[in-house]
Amino acid sequence: MTEKRLMSGNEAMAEAAIRAGCRCYFGYPITPQNEVTAYMARRMPEAGGVFIQSESELAAINMVLGASAAGCRSMTSSSSPGISLKQEGISYIAAMELPAVIANIMRGGPGLGNIAPSQSDYFQAVKGGGHGDYRQIVLGPSTVQELVDLTVCSFDLADEYRMPVVILGDGLLGQMMEPVSMPGMRHVEIKEEEWVLSGCRGRAPRLLRSLILDPGDLAAHNLHLQEKYRRVAAREVRFESVFTDDAELIVVAYGTPARVCRAAVAACREKGIRAGLIRPITLWPFPREEISRLASQASHILVVEMSHGQMVEDVLLSAEFRVPVSFFGKAGGLTFHIDEVIRKMEKTNQKSKIKNQKAKSKKQKHKSKP
Amino acid sequence: MEIIYERPESLKDVRTHYCAGCGHGVVHRILAEIVDELGIREKTVVIAPVGCAVLAYDYFNFDVCEAPHGRTPAVATGMKRVRPSNVIISYQGDGDLAAIGMAEIIHAANRGERITVVFVNNGLYGMTGGQMAPTTLIGQRTATTPMGRDFRECGQPIKVCELLSQFEGVVYAARCAITGPGNIIKGKKMLKKALSIQLADLGFSIVEFLSACPTHWKLTPREAVQYIEEKMVPCFPTGVIKDTIK
Repeated sequence: MTEKRLMSGNEAMAEAAIRAGCRCYFGYPITPQNEVTAYMARRMPEAGGVFIQSESELAAINMVLGASAAGCRSMTSSSSPGISLKQEGISYIAAMELPAVIANIMRGGPGLGNIAPSQSDYFQAVKGGGHGDYRQIVLGPSTVQELVDLTVCSFDLADEYRMPVVILGDGLLGQMMEPVSMPGMRHVEIKEEEWVLSGCRGRAPRLLRSLILDPGDLAAHNLHLQEKYRRVAAREVRFESVFTDDAELIVVAYGTPARVCRAAVAACREKGIRAGLIRPITLWPFPREEISRLASQASHILVVEMSHGQMVEDVLLSAEFRVPVSFFGKAGGLTFHIDEVIRKMEKTNQKSKIKNQKAKSKKQKHKSKP
Repeated sequence: MEIIYERPESLKDVRTHYCAGCGHGVVHRILAEIVDELGIREKTVVIAPVGCAVLAYDYFNFDVCEAPHGRTPAVATGMKRVRPSNVIISYQGDGDLAAIGMAEIIHAANRGERITVVFVNNGLYGMTGGQMAPTTLIGQRTATTPMGRDFRECGQPIKVCELLSQFEGVVYAARCAITGPGNIIKGKKMLKKALSIQLADLGFSIVEFLSACPTHWKLTPREAVQYIEEKMVPCFPTGVIKDTIK
């Protein structure tokens, strides 16, 4: 590790991508991620790679498709409305089993929304976004350092599983400056694997396609994809636990709101509330088992998101309704203040205590009956 | 005995799914012959469009990549930039290139991408059932212009080669009609030149083939050839439209 540098999330992500061996970047201007495109325009030629400011988001994701089919580590980035436009290409990339990294520095929606931070694209990222039964690995960094580390990781995951990997950050993470240590420059060759299109010198011609007209064949391809997704789900779940061992109140949050929640959990501990935090790092695959396990230990779960309730649905599914799940969210570009999270936690804790007492006294009444 | 005609190595020995009288078979054959003649089979990658020619990968005996509808030039761009020594051919129909993919083709042309576009213009969407394309002639009846194309409603047929010729990045643009042997030989010369331009790293090249769709024109193959000569050629003049390295 080198010495620390102060960098914005957007620029740090771009530099990390280059150090991870990304040699093709295609992007289109959109706030709040323009620093990525500008950084790549300057830095990619220095690194001997390809930078194109594409005519549209559609062109950008399809340039990624072509570059990836030719064997190069390739990336595009955008923000919410632009990511919507890329969904067609992402579906094709998933179907054709090509590696690709797509960063979404989320802004307020729906529609043109605004340029303030948001987490309203969670559904789009983890549930598919484009058409057809496909998955993409979704990573949710919460600090600029973690954004750097996960960017490097995203290229390895994309190559290992030959599938799209989404870095899901919010506008806050893209714009804020933090000290980061960068990994060393990795030398990654243009791939010559058995699926890469490079001209058929000394081998049979190859084909990369997503059209499979025969229903039986397409069914088999879908089963093959599902098998791969199960493998990813079994091996790649990542999360961080803070004070969850004895926690009665579990807070679930990802990205920058998780930082506010971490501080709120510490403050609640001082007040005598046994609170803990689960921070999913992979949003797909989701840390389902861990949340399920905690659902049998805790008395209440609180989900905090910069949306009107998206990840909370995955938490509900994981908790299987064995424990009450409350939600605290806001969208449109408003962020959380630690005091309001603490108040919400205290209220949630109070509610669950009253409920527990009622349940206890009910039990005792039953017991006291002759 | 001297062999004077045989299947090119670049074409697989299989039957195509194309309808009787369709131009795709001829264009495939010409392209395969040129690829053989230039000795570039082992470094050629064709990007297949969405449309009738999507199944081109069943027929070409070299690498093929599919692309989403109209995005063929963007996929070709990504591929060519990674491997500049490969020969990248964007094979597109008129709906793919001139409607949904107009932005991609214009910008690839304007950037002067070192790719070659094979543009097959039959004036309608063949695969989906003969709907109006940007190249449908005025008055032509299609599934979506049952009374004939009216320019006040649907605009004029778009002349792609003339449009793209405005860009400096376009080194060569030519149009030919797939009608008789004479014109087919002319078209082959054009396409050979277009690919030579890519091999010399000079810029963007495109050859447009006016091609019959007897099925959706509701004509016999013979009548369809006549239709190209009498109706299409007056609207889309054949010949070299731009050549900066004459």
